Amino acid sequence: MDKFTTHTGRVAPLRRSNVDTDQIIPAVYLKRVTKTGFEDALFAEWREDEKFLLNQDEYKAATILVAGTEFGTGSSREHAVWALKDYGFKAVIAPRYGDIFRGNSLKNGLLTVELPEAAVEELWRLAETTPEAEVTVDLVACEVRAGDRTWAFEFDEFLRWRMMEGLDDVALTLRDEDKIAAFESNRDAWRPRTLPAEV
Amino acid sequence: MSRTPHEAEGARPQTLAEKVWNAHVVRTGGQQPDLLYIDLHLLHEVTSPQAFDGLRQAGRKVRRTDLTIATEDHNTPTDNLFTIADPTSRKQIETLRANCEEFGVRIHSLGDANQGVVHVVGPQLGLTQPGMTVVCGDSHTSTHGAFGSIAFGIGTSEVEHVLATQTLPQAKPKYMAVTVNGSLPEGVSAKDLILKIISITGTGGGKGHIVEYRGQAIEELSMEGRMTICNMSIEWGAKAGMIAADEKTFAYVKGRPHAPKGEDWDAAVEYWKTLKTDEGAVFDKEIVIDAASLSPFVTWGTNPGQGVELSGRVPDPAAFEDPIERTTAASALEYMGLEAGTPMREIGVDVVFLGSCTNGRIEDLRTAAEVIKGRKVADGVNMMVVPGSAKVREQAMEEGLDKVFIEAGADWRFAGCSMCLGMNPDQLTPGQRAASTSNRNFEGRQGKGGRTHLVSPAVAAATAVTGRLAGPADL
Repeated sequence: MDKFTTHTGRVAPLRRSNVDTDQIIPAVYLKRVTKTGFEDALFAEWREDEKFLLNQDEYKAATILVAGTEFGTGSSREHAVWALKDYGFKAVIAPRYGDIFRGNSLKNGLLTVELPEAAVEELWRLAETTPEAEVTVDLVACEVRAGDRTWAFEFDEFLRWRMMEGLDDVALTLRDEDKIAAFESNRDAWRPRTLPAEV
Repeated sequence: MSRTPHEAEGARPQTLAEKVWNAHVVRTGGQQPDLLYIDLHLLHEVTSPQAFDGLRQAGRKVRRTDLTIATEDHNTPTDNLFTIADPTSRKQIETLRANCEEFGVRIHSLGDANQGVVHVVGPQLGLTQPGMTVVCGDSHTSTHGAFGSIAFGIGTSEVEHVLATQTLPQAKPKYMAVTVNGSLPEGVSAKDLILKIISITGTGGGKGHIVEYRGQAIEELSMEGRMTICNMSIEWGAKAGMIAADEKTFAYVKGRPHAPKGEDWDAAVEYWKTLKTDEGAVFDKEIVIDAASLSPFVTWGTNPGQGVELSGRVPDPAAFEDPIERTTAASALEYMGLEAGTPMREIGVDVVFLGSCTNGRIEDLRTAAEVIKGRKVADGVNMMVVPGSAKVREQAMEEGLDKVFIEAGADWRFAGCSMCLGMNPDQLTPGQRAASTSNRNFEGRQGKGGRTHLVSPAVAAATAVTGRLAGPADL
């Protein structure tokens, strides 16, 4: 996984709440068997509208997406995160996220920061009035900075460390392989097994 | 024994979810989240290929093929069993088959009696049992919580993690109770109840919580109804939904292919009976609902929380106090092509979809068949019936339900996810309006530009007959 420490870039102000993962990437784009190549699928239906945010020249270089609350609810499709990354987004700022989407993002080096609605509103206004304004998302200091404004955000200490080190969860877990084996040796024998198959 | 670490005398009373959680903790403490053991991992073609790729790249194996099972559902055709017209869909299914072969994972493919929507297949095989941890790369994995298990959807990175380690690191959740007192009135189903709950909480109301549904109305539900309730837990943002196992649960599991047998059965039931929230256990949050006040419930908007009684009207966005809800409602009405104040019963539909992991089980088909029997699907309406699994389809045919639907003019299909998410060719065309027994009315969910009203199986069947949103009482 890519390490994430700090990122500075332009903001795309997505003034919508409840942006579910079906909007981020419609199901018809989920058929690929790779983890890349999803950039065209991001917000595919909205992008057909030439007035949509990402079709505006001033936001084409944006790398930070600022959205309304409940961003990424719905389907568990990790393709939503891959599409955001493939398109070029490095970080998302929203008041609240769907749990599965949030977990997926942090496993792929896409930083998802929670800021209150008032801060999101300020960032929207900034990007709408000054699209070239640069915003910094700093995971080291747990701060979002824009001009003379600074907002602190909370971030789970373990997840922060993992993100900053770019660590792979599987490798971390396998350090405790002995504990997994010990747990397995204690499991009740009647617990169901898929093999041999009974039908 | 790992399962009851907190059983010591004088231990703090615990919720059902805490008991099941604690029985699966492999590692706890320190800065890291708890490491949970996973009892059952369900796989399908869409969210697994990149996970298997990850294993291959790292030279890893599937740790417990005997706790893993795959089926084909999201991409499969429902008009035939063997021809997948879209080459990318075909490639995805072929990839799943090749991965299962390479890694030694059991798979139920198209044409197999146990193929079907992954959340219908697990319970049907008796692999879903009380007190388990169940995961799948699909958000509706919450369905399996109906058996008193902790079951939740995961992303593809987590699928890879479970394949490699049979565990998942999980931050401790919060616990919530939804208590439904009294009995549901005649004609009000589990689907109506869960749509009502989501309309109260909104799409984010359950965030971070494992929810336990309880109370008389929940106890009175069949296992199918309980699965419908738990299935839609994710639609209000909950981590998982659970219902304590009882005699109905045991009766449902008993005798299924993978149910414990003989002495194992007795040992299992003895343990399962301990899986109840203790007297005095404290929830972080509690919601209480009076079942007697409920009536059939449908959605008008573009998220599952935007619902209203079938007897109600399309709301006026101006009536919402919260400014965000107001704009969301206004854009939903625009997308749905609806005018504020329109009675829900006057909304005409083009398509009726009966199926999905929410309402594609045998009881759902029976309910709809009972309503539609001897009646006809209205002119200009296409009713599509998609059983949740090949087995459900077979059972429905044994009961003659297929004939009831076909005689009414409905389209009787093969099993799969189908129009619930419109990944296969079963899609709405732009502007088409559907009454759907599925779980999501998101923009474009059932096909680009399609408009979805979420409904119960009984309302779906009555709507097919009248061509407008309707309940059986309207016929």
